[in-house]
Amino acid sequence: MKIVALTGPDTAKVSLGGIVKEVSIALIDDPKVGDYVVLHVGYALAKIDEVEAERTLVLLAAEGADAIAEFSAAAEAVLAPP
Amino acid sequence: MKHLDEYRDADTARRLAGSIAREANTARRYRLMEFCGGHTHAIFRYGLGDLLPANIEMVHGPGCPVCVLPTGRLDMAIRLAQRDGVMLASYGDMLRVPGSQGQSLMKAKADGADIRMVYSTLDALKLAAANPDREVIFFAIGFETTTPPTALAVEAAAKAQLANFSVFCNHVLTPSAIAAILEAPAVRELGAVEIDGFLGPAHVSVVIGSQPYEFFAEEYRKPVAISGFEPIDILQSILMLVRQLNEGRAEVENQYIRAVTRDGNLRAKQAVSRVFELRRDFEWRGLGHIPYSALRLKDEFATFDAERRFDEPYIASEGNKACACPAILRGAKKPTDCRLFGRACTPETPLGSCMVSSEGACAAYYSYGRMRERAQ
Repeated sequence: MKIVALTGPDTAKVSLGGIVKEVSIALIDDPKVGDYVVLHVGYALAKIDEVEAERTLVLLAAEGADAIAEFSAAAEAVLAPP
Repeated sequence: MKHLDEYRDADTARRLAGSIAREANTARRYRLMEFCGGHTHAIFRYGLGDLLPANIEMVHGPGCPVCVLPTGRLDMAIRLAQRDGVMLASYGDMLRVPGSQGQSLMKAKADGADIRMVYSTLDALKLAAANPDREVIFFAIGFETTTPPTALAVEAAAKAQLANFSVFCNHVLTPSAIAAILEAPAVRELGAVEIDGFLGPAHVSVVIGSQPYEFFAEEYRKPVAISGFEPIDILQSILMLVRQLNEGRAEVENQYIRAVTRDGNLRAKQAVSRVFELRRDFEWRGLGHIPYSALRLKDEFATFDAERRFDEPYIASEGNKACACPAILRGAKKPTDCRLFGRACTPETPLGSCMVSSEGACAAYYSYGRMRERAQ
């Protein structure tokens, strides 16, 4: 859910893939247009931390990479002509 | 969609599943409880069980607010709604839950009670403001995620002197339920299940933070991985738990670190502590009476407390005796162990709360079609 407009002191419009809804932002600090938030029963509960999200994706990208490289090397060795 | 599509990527899921399969020790079992019903549904919706080796078993926990509410409390809500001049505002998933004697909020509504479905506490406040001649009661249920919105609504009502608004409070606490599963003698007598580790809830942890789980990791030597709701989140968290168990560690790890901090949402926690205090005792479906496991309004907000305003007694009720929901909520039974599952009890004709809710384990087993053949 991305904040697309601040509509009042405690309210904002959020968009999820084009569906726009007015929600309460009373529970989060310093909401800004462009922030992604976790939404629950009409209230934003937290902002998504972009730095931590990026770190999670880096970890995920690396997961299993060694095993795939190992398998590819083993497969090449097996399939390589003598 | 940013922050969603990345966590639904099939290639990433295959790599994670590969790591889990390689690292899971075939000489042992891994019984992992996903506390939260949102996780149960994601596991079934995305077929994650098919990606896990046979010795990793996901045990479904009690983190479904609609499911753990005892029938007696629902009966109270129905009786409140039936009073003259009352309008009851409720979250939608409560409406079809069976109460005593074949009653439900939906049936009471059909019989003339004024029951309104709301998406948010803001909607309940709007109803009260627009209907000054009616007593608007908000049927407040849920864990730590729905409690801050109720707290803000009570404060807003107090500030606006909205005299016709009150809250029927049924808010409950996640750590109390986890403790009950791990140690409560009542739960042991009812039949408990051995758990090796916990998948910590996503949105609840956004509010309470990761700190409250440290006690369970230290005291009970159970690893915890707080997990987001997407399939990649869940697989990564399962891998974290497998690694902890393999290495003999019991720590709180935070996979959902993009939204969960150690301290959680201070603003939300402060709102809750301004408005609510602990109840000495609360009954849970499936877990029995758990001391200090629920909240009630503080005395300074007594006029907004529907229980004090309307003097409606609590009458314990067993509900449908054939329904295995209580044992399912403890993780002691699977939905498919219940003889009602998929036969007399389906999402269209639910006989127990676990089949009604979008977070209930029975609804998860049935809705995604993976277990329907077992019911035939």
